[in-house]
Amino acid sequence: MIAVAPDTDAGAKTAARGEVITRPAVVAWLRAFAAVVARDRELLTELDAAIGDADHGINMDRGMQAVLGKLDELGEPADGSVGALLKAVGMTLVSSVGGAAGPLYGTLFLQMGSAAGQASELTLAAWASAVAAGVAGAQARGKAELQDKTMIDALLPAVAALRAGAASGLSLAEALGRSAEAARQGMEATVPLVARKGRASYLGQRSAGHQDPGATSSWLLLSAAATALPAGTGP
Amino acid sequence: MKKLINRPQDVVQDALAGVAAAHGDRLKVHTAPDYIVRADAPLRGKVAIVSGGGSGHEPLHGGFVGRGMLDAACPGQIFTSPTPDQVLAATRAVDGGAGVLLIVKNYTGDVMNFEMAADLARDEGIVVESVVIDDDVALQDGRHTAGRRGVGATVLAEKICGAAAERRRPLAEVAELCRKVNAGARSMGVALTSCTVPMVGKPTLELGPDEIEFGVGIHGEPGRERRPAASAHDIVAALATAIVDDLPFGRGDRVLAFVNGLGGTPLLELYVVYNELHTLLASRGIVIARNLVGSYMTALDMAGCSITLLRLDDELAALWDAPVVTTGLRWGA
Repeated sequence: MIAVAPDTDAGAKTAARGEVITRPAVVAWLRAFAAVVARDRELLTELDAAIGDADHGINMDRGMQAVLGKLDELGEPADGSVGALLKAVGMTLVSSVGGAAGPLYGTLFLQMGSAAGQASELTLAAWASAVAAGVAGAQARGKAELQDKTMIDALLPAVAALRAGAASGLSLAEALGRSAEAARQGMEATVPLVARKGRASYLGQRSAGHQDPGATSSWLLLSAAATALPAGTGP
Repeated sequence: MKKLINRPQDVVQDALAGVAAAHGDRLKVHTAPDYIVRADAPLRGKVAIVSGGGSGHEPLHGGFVGRGMLDAACPGQIFTSPTPDQVLAATRAVDGGAGVLLIVKNYTGDVMNFEMAADLARDEGIVVESVVIDDDVALQDGRHTAGRRGVGATVLAEKICGAAAERRRPLAEVAELCRKVNAGARSMGVALTSCTVPMVGKPTLELGPDEIEFGVGIHGEPGRERRPAASAHDIVAALATAIVDDLPFGRGDRVLAFVNGLGGTPLLELYVVYNELHTLLASRGIVIARNLVGSYMTALDMAGCSITLLRLDDELAALWDAPVVTTGLRWGA
């Protein structure tokens, strides 16, 4: 864990105070995630073919294309709540992705939406709490622990980094960047692991040596956040 | 990839349209959300049975919708669990007031999607029971994995529970029967070739020309081990031994023996397999009291087979023999 002493980082702390995550920024994040999922669809599917059933990229792409349709339908109301938006995304994923990823990502966004509530913009601290609630929801749904070789291996370190960043007053861009970096490290750390959840677990030792596709899509989600949320615009 | 398809992403929808065109007199095919329901549903006072799973295993599950078996089936995308809204819509459509049994194969996605659907249905006041089938002995250590996969026993459970529901047995009893079938059944499969998922366009499993995947799953997921190709005699001996030793089945047991083709294997070879199984079980004093031979739970175009043994008693045998009228299984009526 990267610890930043609050008292010695007053500049960043001040910078963080004025920054908020707006609904349009969240929309930009979702569009950016849809774009990288479409771009890396084959990669996700190939990772899944090695230790699963070769459909992760296809399913996530179908889901995020459905989310793009939903975003167009919802439009960009000036006073729309971030929570309602995230819940709509969660319901869309639940009903369009299928497989394990549908309930897991769907639950993540639904719980994140509940935590975000009615606010039309969120501070970094509120955002970190919402992400933490979403990840806790996905973890409860899938009953996975750290090192089971799942998306949780990327998500939990990312949440910890995000919370630490918020607590120590980092800027939005820096906190989201560290969160994405933690997710990347968590994702890469899945390579040597033996899977204990999902279809990869059927392989036992043979699952070691492959990067987990769910952890990979989770890293894409958080790296899209690091790129799109501070900018508030698409890729 | 050579397949009789149009656009890969349309395979499931095109096939569902075909089912509707072919069997519209007996089945109703709903789209968005997708589910297949028997035309006379809901039946007042009868427990309804809903199953489903990824497409690519036909005739499972849609081919088993009809009198004496399923009330509804929810087809997902190929090898992808159906979504909760599909299962919820199907559950609503077939609930005749006596409750709904969801038969779920033990795969992470299926279990989570059906769980979410069951929660939503209960919120609406529908009485729902859920039974998870996990009969695949290929996985020896269930504690550190997602658990054993649901395979051949699913077909047997759907038939037997369907017959019990048709006899107006209450939900708790039908669910208990389902658990009894699952507890008394064991399965294992072998792949001679991989399947090819249309959207992927290339084989899921890299099997050499002289290799077989022993303990393969019905999605082409690797199994227990890669082995050199062998005779039907040797393959059946290995599969049957793993199955018999697991329950274990013993001398004097009466069983239902189910030899299932995985989609790319001719019936001729399945009967070669059945003959080997029959001889082997006889030598161990296990009596095949009922059998089912054919391709009922497939993995797209995979060549290979699975064997399922179910320990029978008089109750299970009678329910197995009861009339069934579906596009995939039909007798006694």
